Amino acid sequence: MPSLYSTTRETGPITLVDLSGRIALGEGSALLRKTVRDLLETGRIKIILNLGDVNYIDSSGIGELVSGFTAVRSRGGELKLLNLTKKIHDLLQITKLFTVFEVYTDESTAVRSFPE
Amino acid sequence: MAPDTKHLEVTLDTHVESVNLAEEMCIRVAEAVGFSEDECYRIGMSVREGVINAFHYGNQEKPEKKIHLAVDITGEKLIIHVTDEGKGFHLSDVPDPLAEENLLSTSGRGIFLMRAFMDEFDVVPGRTGGAELIMTKKLPPHPGPSNHGSGAPNSDATPHQEA
Repeated sequence: MPSLYSTTRETGPITLVDLSGRIALGEGSALLRKTVRDLLETGRIKIILNLGDVNYIDSSGIGELVSGFTAVRSRGGELKLLNLTKKIHDLLQITKLFTVFEVYTDESTAVRSFPE
Repeated sequence: MAPDTKHLEVTLDTHVESVNLAEEMCIRVAEAVGFSEDECYRIGMSVREGVINAFHYGNQEKPEKKIHLAVDITGEKLIIHVTDEGKGFHLSDVPDPLAEENLLSTSGRGIFLMRAFMDEFDVVPGRTGGAELIMTKKLPPHPGPSNHGSGAPNSDATPHQEA
């Protein structure tokens, strides 16, 4: 059984990636990497990762989020986070990554946060 | 080892699956000695990060090398040892992942998480020549054996307690 599932939705130039499961060493981190890379290759550089159904993330997963963030930014885009669970919220807080990522609790607000 | 110490030891292959196996095993033990769900998560995450460290940095993902996981339960503490067969390292050489220049690093947070989630954490030279990570968590006030899993080391002298 895959440890992470990913589906994408598009709202104009913005891509919402709904993730569910575990972003951890192995296939979870690999799937996130591939998802972001595939979006960038098709020119989708405004990305929101919906982590509402992600129940676990380890240091490998955190590294993959950072890797995605820097890859998107290097293409002139933005990668933002939506709907963090408490565990992931706490992890981003203690690792100071809350100061790096834009984090939203409401999808429409996240979508509107991208410049026109 | 003190006479009332329970000891569990396994040797793991240098393989990604060992990370999940070690995490699950230690969560079972933590549940059995009465840690809360949150504490079990923190202990599991710490073991996971320790084994990832051994797998990736210590053993350099070389399949011929092993990862040694040991769990001791004393009257007061759960003590977990993760030993690799690498070259060892010093904690003082590990970059601070909270430093401004390291915030966007894609690795290097495992040691930080173990230190954050466990009561005590140290790295010493292991008997295998590699690094031995030692992480300790004080047992909860009223530990009690549970019915989760089998073979987890419980203290026979501890009264049974159901939630």
